[in-house]
This record gives sequence, structure tokens and C-alpha cells, in this order.
Amino acid sequence: MTSLDSPALAATRPADGRSPAAVSRPRRRGRSGDGALVRYAFIAPAVLYLLLFYGYPIVKNVVMSFQAYDFSTFFNGRAPFVGLDNYASALSNPIFLKALANTGLFTVGSIIGQFIIGLGLSLYFRRHFPLSGVLRSLLLLPWLLPMIVSAAVWRWILEQDNGVLNRVLEGTGLISEPIGWLTSSDTALVAVIMVNIWLGIPFNVALLYSGLQAIPEELYEAGQLDGATGWKSFRHITLPLLRPVVSVVLLLGVIYTIKVLDLIIGLTGGGPANATQTLATRSYELSFLEFDFGQGAALSNVLILIALLFSVVYLRANARAAKNG
Amino acid sequence: MTTTASTGASVRTAPDAPVTPRRRRTPRGIVHTGIGIVLVAIMLFPVYWMVNASLAPQGNSLNTGWLPLHPDTSGYARAFADQGKNLLTSLVVAVGAAILSLVIAAPCAYALAQFRIRGTAVLVFLVLISQMIPGIVIANALYTAYTPLGLINTVPGLILADATQGIPFSILIMRAYLETFPASIVEAARVDGCGHLRAFVSIVLPVSRNSLITAGIFSFLFAWSDFLMALTLTTGESIRPVTLGLYTYIGTNDTDWSSVMATAVLSSVPAVVLMIAAQKYIAAGATGGAVK
Repeated sequence: MTSLDSPALAATRPADGRSPAAVSRPRRRGRSGDGALVRYAFIAPAVLYLLLFYGYPIVKNVVMSFQAYDFSTFFNGRAPFVGLDNYASALSNPIFLKALANTGLFTVGSIIGQFIIGLGLSLYFRRHFPLSGVLRSLLLLPWLLPMIVSAAVWRWILEQDNGVLNRVLEGTGLISEPIGWLTSSDTALVAVIMVNIWLGIPFNVALLYSGLQAIPEELYEAGQLDGATGWKSFRHITLPLLRPVVSVVLLLGVIYTIKVLDLIIGLTGGGPANATQTLATRSYELSFLEFDFGQGAALSNVLILIALLFSVVYLRANARAAKNG
Repeated sequence: MTTTASTGASVRTAPDAPVTPRRRRTPRGIVHTGIGIVLVAIMLFPVYWMVNASLAPQGNSLNTGWLPLHPDTSGYARAFADQGKNLLTSLVVAVGAAILSLVIAAPCAYALAQFRIRGTAVLVFLVLISQMIPGIVIANALYTAYTPLGLINTVPGLILADATQGIPFSILIMRAYLETFPASIVEAARVDGCGHLRAFVSIVLPVSRNSLITAGIFSFLFAWSDFLMALTLTTGESIRPVTLGLYTYIGTNDTDWSSVMATAVLSSVPAVVLMIAAQKYIAAGATGGAVK
């Protein structure tokens, strides 16, 4: 037995080799039959957890969306079936259309801003210069901060009377009156998008940079011989080869952005006058502020549908990217 | 994709090292560094402004200077007095969620990567999809389930809920690593009569230390940063993570910005510390969770 051991395992052998199981078990036999239960036991806790904390909530949301599930339900446990009433009232409310439009604007605006700035930064930091690695990893910092911390900081920066943004804009003469970035319904959505762009840049840089790293240097050298430099090499070498990563970055961006809630709650709470209300914040508001879990669930089901739609597109794009790359 | 193996990085950079003399300190390189510093400074200005404001004197910080020339730590004193307990709650919840995530995710990731069991593809697909489910969906249902179970306002309740982000992420990132794990090592041990569990604990786990650390760090950060579960699954001041404490702090009418910003700084400490101390693992996690 000892002679069969590889040297690497010598250290682990003495303890294991003498166990009674080693003696009684027919060795090297029935890889499939032996311990099938044990092997399923490895995944059982995760499956159980996912069922309880993802499966159950999704099912529960669907069920609740057909029930009059409100404050009284928590006392008497009664949640009568009401058919499509929750959907009818949640979706016919003018706030829903406003929230849907805001979700669209917030998502598209954030993604475009994050992507363009993120791509610019990753192209810049792709060059090798002293400290480039350190500086690039510093860029990740905003992404690691709790979102509510960023919300608090930006609330202070965007504050109307003492915020640093207005102070700078007034100091340079760009504006004459301080702007109520988060308190005016004209600017609140733009301000929230700005902050979310700032938050999303690190994520875009991280993925796009690793995508750029995967493009072989020789291609650029070969392109140089053919006169492809600068914009031309970007257009004809970088962009086509980066495309699979780009679609992954954009789709993941959409999936993460439509469900953003912390940031908006922290910055504006969905206000003023629903100017920054999105599907996610509205669903929170219905459930936890108006205590109408039925309508809140109906709205979050709409959100799930949108998220799943993009998820399927994403998973297909990712599978394609994995196949090609 | 996950660059968790420490040897991976050095192998990759080694071949091009001799052919890139431009990495030296040429005047052009210095200019690039200068521009790079400016770009990073602009990006990180809000972080600087947070630290700066946290050191301003008490009050609504009417005239915060550009530099904290006269640092005043009273903001921190009030932050600790008001939020000290909340910071501790966050720490307990985040450590708990990180441990729970690893305990549940590691065996699953190993099984998905190495055992050819039926349903692997389906499970991986579901784990991927679960990352895309909006948190508000979970919170809606958990509140209704937690209420009769008495899990509202409890640390275990928050740990379980906060692991919803860490567990799928850890499964994916560790599975990606364990797929490259040489099955022959475990087989050899199995031949020696080592059970699956024992092989996993004494061989697989030590070897995959790096991916465990990455998964643990991110699970910790997810839970530390959680706001939604704290907002929906706690109702009083008894159990209140610091993210929620910060939020209620800003909500008050005459906001005392220096202590708000001091709390914000304190809430950012884990992220900053981990970023400096565990840069390699952070970089691996940043891309590993997304592009498989």
C-alpha cells in the first residue's frame, strides 16, 4: 500500500490509511455507485438555502400579488384572493408610468455614462507607465464602499446651500443661483444618474480592462505595419475583439441598474414628487411604507420579469463569449 | 477567468517583461503617470471630501475648507457614541454571513466542479439567475415570513438574509477555481480510503485557500454594505446595522454633517482595509463573478 502512494500524499496518508473504512471499502471500484448520497450531501445545504431564500420569495411574491395582503394580514392572518386587482391598481396608478419611465431613463443614462467613461479609463490605464497598476486598483474603491455611504457623501456634495458642487459652480461663475440638485424635480433624476455613473465606473473599468488584456499585443504590432494606429487600430482591432466583453458589461450593467434601490432611497427617497421614483423604490414604498404587500408584490413581479428578460439575453451572450474566447 | 492562483499572475507578465523597455521611467511615462493621478484624483474626490468633512467642526459645516487644516475629531466622538453599537452589529452580521456563505457554498462549488452528478447544469443556471433577482423581491417575502417566525430584529435573521448575495457569488467563484483542480489528487486519496468529506476538508480546502479568501471577502463586503435587508427586516434601534444607522442619521432635519461623514468614513474602513491588504483577492473577485 505504501508503495502506491505518491510522495505528495505521504503527509496525509498515515492518518487516513489506518481508518477502518479503508480496510472494509473495496478500493477503486464503483465510482458512480459509491457514496452517491454523500455526493448529493455536498450540494444539499446550498440547494436548501436557495430554495428558502430565493425559491420561496419568488413563489411567495407571485402568490401575494393575487391577494389582499396588507396591514391587517399581519394581525388576523387573512389574505383573501383578489385576482388581478393588485396588478390593476398598481399598474393603473400614474406613479407606475412615472416609475417605469424613470427606471428606463435611469438605466439607459447610467449605462451610457458608465460605459463611455469606463472604456476611456481602461484604455488609458492599459498603457504601462509607472504606478499604472496601483492607480487602476485605486479606481475600484467607489465600488467597494457601501452604497448608502456613497449616497450620504453625495448628498453632502450636492447640498443646495453648502454643497461643494454648487460652491465650485458659483465660484467659477457657471451658475448664479445655487441649484437644488436633489430637491428640485427638474434636476433630481439627472443628479441621481450622475451619482450612479460614478458608482458604476469601477465595475466597467474592471471588466473592460480585463477584456483589453485578453487582446494579444501582436495584433496591434501587425496592425501597425499595415498603418493601423490610433483611432484606426481602436476601430478595427480593439472594438471587434472587445465586442463579447462589451455585451456582457452592458447587459450586466442593465441587470444591476434596474434593481438599484439603496442609492435612490439614500439620495432622494424617490422624490421630490416622484421625480426619482423607480420600479424598485416604488415596490419598496408600496410594501413597507403603505403596507400594501399585495401591490408591492405585483410591482416587484413586473421588475422580476424585466430582470429575467435581460438575464436570459445576458446568459446567451456570456455563453457565446465563452465559446469564442 | 478567476486569477486566484498566485502563480498565474507572475507567469502571465513574465514573457513580455524583457520586450517592454517603455515601462521604464521615460519622460513620457512620467506624463502618463501625472495624467493618471489626476484622473484617479477626480474619481476619488468624493471619498476625499468625505474624509475632509468628517474632520470639520461640529454643526452643519457652513464653511468646510478645502483641506482639513484644523482637524476636529468631535465628529468621530459623536459617531462612535451614536453608532458604535451599530458598527458592532454590522461586524457580527457580516462575519456571520461570510462564514455561512463559505460553509454552504464551498462544498456545493466542489461538487458542481468535480462530481459528475445529475442536475449540475440546472443548478449552475439557477445560481447564475439568482444573482439577478432584485433584492426587493426577497425582502418583500422575507418580511412576511420572518414576522411569524420572530426573526425580525434578530442577528441570525439578518445573517441569513445577507448571505443571499454571498452564497451564489461564492458558489460561482469557487466553482470556477475548482474546475481547474486536478481530480487525480483527490482520487489518489480516495484510493487510500479517504472519504469524500475527509478529502474535501483535508485536501481540497487547503489547496483552494485563495478562492476561499476571495469568496469570504466578498461575502463579508456584501453583508457589511447591505442596506435593504437592514431597512426592511429591522424595526427598532436594538439591532441596527451601521448602514441603516447612517441613513437614519441623514434623515434628521438639522443634519450634523461632520458626524454623518465620520460615520460614513467608519463604514468604509473594512472596504479600504481589504482593498489594501487583500488587493489580489479583490481583483480576482471583481472580474470573476461576472465573466465566468
